[in-house]
Amino acid sequence: MSAPLLELHDVRVHYPVESGFIIRRRTGTVKAVDGVSLALAPGEVLGLVGESGCGKSTLARAILQLAPVTGGSVVYAGRNLTTATAGELRAARRGLQMVFQDPFASLNPRMTIFDTLAEPLAVHRVVPRDQVGARVTDLMNKVGLAPRLLHKYPHEFSGGQRQRIAIARALALEPRLIVADEPVSALDVSIQAQILNLLSGLVRDMGLALLFIAHDLSVVKHISDRVAVMYLGRIVELGPAVDVIERPRHPYTRALVSAIPSFDAASRRQRILLPGEPPSPIDPPRGCAFHPRCPYAQERCSAGVPPLLAAGPDRVAACVRLEEI
Amino acid sequence: MPLLEVTDLRTSFHTRTGVYRAVDGVSFSVDRGETIGIVGESGSGKSVTCASLLGLVPQPPGRIKGGPVRFDGTDLLALGSTGLRRIRGRRIGMVFQDPMTSLNPYLRISDQLIEPLLIHEKITRPAALERAQKMLEAVGISDAARRLHAYPHEFSGGMRQRVMIAMALIARPELLIADEPTTALDVTVQAQILELLQKLRRESALAIIFVTHDLGVVSGLCDRVLVMYAGRIVESAPVEMLFHAPRHPYTRALQRSIPALQPKGRALHAIPGMPPDLSRPIAGCPFAPRCEFATDRCRSETPRLVEIAPGHAHACLRAQAGEIPSPLP
Repeated sequence: MSAPLLELHDVRVHYPVESGFIIRRRTGTVKAVDGVSLALAPGEVLGLVGESGCGKSTLARAILQLAPVTGGSVVYAGRNLTTATAGELRAARRGLQMVFQDPFASLNPRMTIFDTLAEPLAVHRVVPRDQVGARVTDLMNKVGLAPRLLHKYPHEFSGGQRQRIAIARALALEPRLIVADEPVSALDVSIQAQILNLLSGLVRDMGLALLFIAHDLSVVKHISDRVAVMYLGRIVELGPAVDVIERPRHPYTRALVSAIPSFDAASRRQRILLPGEPPSPIDPPRGCAFHPRCPYAQERCSAGVPPLLAAGPDRVAACVRLEEI
Repeated sequence: MPLLEVTDLRTSFHTRTGVYRAVDGVSFSVDRGETIGIVGESGSGKSVTCASLLGLVPQPPGRIKGGPVRFDGTDLLALGSTGLRRIRGRRIGMVFQDPMTSLNPYLRISDQLIEPLLIHEKITRPAALERAQKMLEAVGISDAARRLHAYPHEFSGGMRQRVMIAMALIARPELLIADEPTTALDVTVQAQILELLQKLRRESALAIIFVTHDLGVVSGLCDRVLVMYAGRIVESAPVEMLFHAPRHPYTRALQRSIPALQPKGRALHAIPGMPPDLSRPIAGCPFAPRCEFATDRCRSETPRLVEIAPGHAHACLRAQAGEIPSPLP
């Protein structure tokens, strides 16, 4: 494997919880992301899954320095972004782009598609002014939209088309890494398939690295090389996508996989129902955050936070009972 | 006699930009104890169909034609608002998609749960509260006695959806209409809710209309599935048949666009184009512009839903004529 393009070392995003009416006091901490380490190689697609509130979107924002990183480091192409100056950060962001979930909220309704796509080119002075038009047309072709649509406004497009525009905008600066936060969750299945095919094609043709965040495991399995499963701010399992989803090792991943509505009657019968819901990140359980819902939990699970242990070729999982279950 | 029999339901919205035919001639029936799924993409008319049955379409701009919609012999469309109120919430329960906005934030859960009982039954408040607590326990809310008096904001999304289900079922309805009840929830919570619905169905002869865009959910829960496109039913079949031998090109294309049913690495089948604009009259089959099998005949002649095997009907002229080969294994 080539040198990683992006490395996360023990990244933490902690938000203070304050209370009090006149005198605000810090009364707690929300550990949205609590010690995540990851590496992403050029041309690789890493899927990040987990339930709402597990910190996957916060992690995505932390990578782009859109969320306050309170500990650890984010290293992109050899440069530590957490200590970078504003100028260095702006330069780095050329290579680091994001696609958001809601294509209805992430495009400026007052800008034509041409303006939306030309703006990053102007900000970063990527091409001379007389070549902007050609570049924008080229971007439209890349995402499969007719260049004659350039002078329309976002409200004239469907959800799938808007997501294509958002992808074109992310591609404008020829990034090396795209962070896509639930890019297909708001779309219908037939449109979702179009966008997934487009993203896979771009990764293949342009050698992009893609961090793909979703809650739909079948989508993640389809598009990703590797997958990371998050629970309450930490990664609990990481490994090759097909292995992790077809043969999950961590009890949480097992439950998550079994909860996917299945087309196959046999696998439906083995559904593992988790009691309750994910605990609050303000007051996480002691030790392994999953132990109160885990069917395999023992006393020692509440003793300390389990480290990521080797769980097969290129695989790790954070469970102390890994060998026993 | 089926519990619910919908015949040629047509719902349109009269707006400044034209007449938008949201539901365009939909017929189906639901037996007691049967669970039917209605699937389709956004704008295919699934939610408007449900809202029309219950008299929840605002008129104007909505206008309901066609029918009758017979529920246990009574035509719901001919009932006035007073008559509908006697059925809604008592004999037909409803659950909507968004658990965050469908509860009143100012009222305690207890008040909202017992409201249908106080309206529809001769019951004292203490007795109603007791039933509310039992219902909360039945939908899997722990510590129901204490939680009963909480406010909606004290509940998470999954718990609110359970409260909604409890509210819909508290008057022991014969039919439950659930419009995307698990779409806003995480898969683990969705699994809990689906398991709950199956249990409730086994324990009483509850009939369920389950509206969703997720074919995976349908396959685990429903007996029969209706596939809607552009306000019409294009295919109707027992659930196993729909997944293993879909006949309508739209159903087949949908099936091929689902990542879970495709081998990894293979490009997903993407249906080109977009659903038609329902404010314009549609000549012929509404799916024809996106269909790989469409001929000139499809663009001029409107297909009818024809039963091709017991319980299996579809509206594709070419498949009906045997011109489209059966799906590959």
